[in-house]
Amino acid sequence: MFVRRSAALAAAILLSSPVLLQGARAADKLTDPQIAHIAYTAGVIDINAAKQAQKKAKNKDVKAFAEDMLRDHEAVNKQALALVKKLNVTPEDNDTSKALSKQASDKLAELDKLNGAAFDKAYVANEVAYHKTVNGALETQLIPSASNAELKSLLQTGLKIFQGHEQHAEHVAAELK
Amino acid sequence: MRLGRLSSIALVFATTAVPAHAATIEITMQNLVISPAEVTAKVGDTIQWINKDVFAHTATAKNGDFDVNLPPNKSATSVLKKAGTVDYYCRYHPNMKATLKIAP
Repeated sequence: MFVRRSAALAAAILLSSPVLLQGARAADKLTDPQIAHIAYTAGVIDINAAKQAQKKAKNKDVKAFAEDMLRDHEAVNKQALALVKKLNVTPEDNDTSKALSKQASDKLAELDKLNGAAFDKAYVANEVAYHKTVNGALETQLIPSASNAELKSLLQTGLKIFQGHEQHAEHVAAELK
Repeated sequence: MRLGRLSSIALVFATTAVPAHAATIEITMQNLVISPAEVTAKVGDTIQWINKDVFAHTATAKNGDFDVNLPPNKSATSVLKKAGTVDYYCRYHPNMKATLKIAP
């Protein structure tokens, strides 16, 4: 039963993101220090993307969106840091975090080659896709695996924030067309 | 003439005395949830918007009647001027939605 469930989970993650599968394969159940690291890394990735967009974006809605991302993800990560400190947990690097970071730096390099409206469009499209992937991982992997109640609760708040971002990004993407 | 002046003062008092019956209604945003999700109020009532999150939110009417900015852990007030059922949301997190039913 457990094997079948994790196989189904892996298949679901495979469809949404090849990156998160590696983490699922490495350990069927992620530990809290690993989950904290993945969640924090996911935030840092979007902060870096927003900083790039602040420099390169032309459209005022895209610039405003990047500013919103920077503000929210910094606020979430600040809460995450305060929580790991309180719980005396040291976030632990892992294959999922590494793969996420690698994929993100490739994306940053790819977007860096674009300018003007082409950049705006590609940045927002990636924001939609990225938040979708992270939300899928939070729902199916990170939240169910979290043991500590406070960590689980912070991840649940994070999920609501990121679902909001996904809708916001979809709205901005629709406006750009 | 003197009497006429007095009665116009009385008239001013009479018109300003009306909003004394107006209520103040609290609407809270916490953990990305607006509560209560549905509020019934009257024209002249004051809404006190309370943001208990560390994130910035807005209360933005779909029909354009209001757009209130709520920085983290801040509150704001607005006085209801128009009757109707208004759906509103947060511009930053459009999954935060609620309804305000304003009676005349």
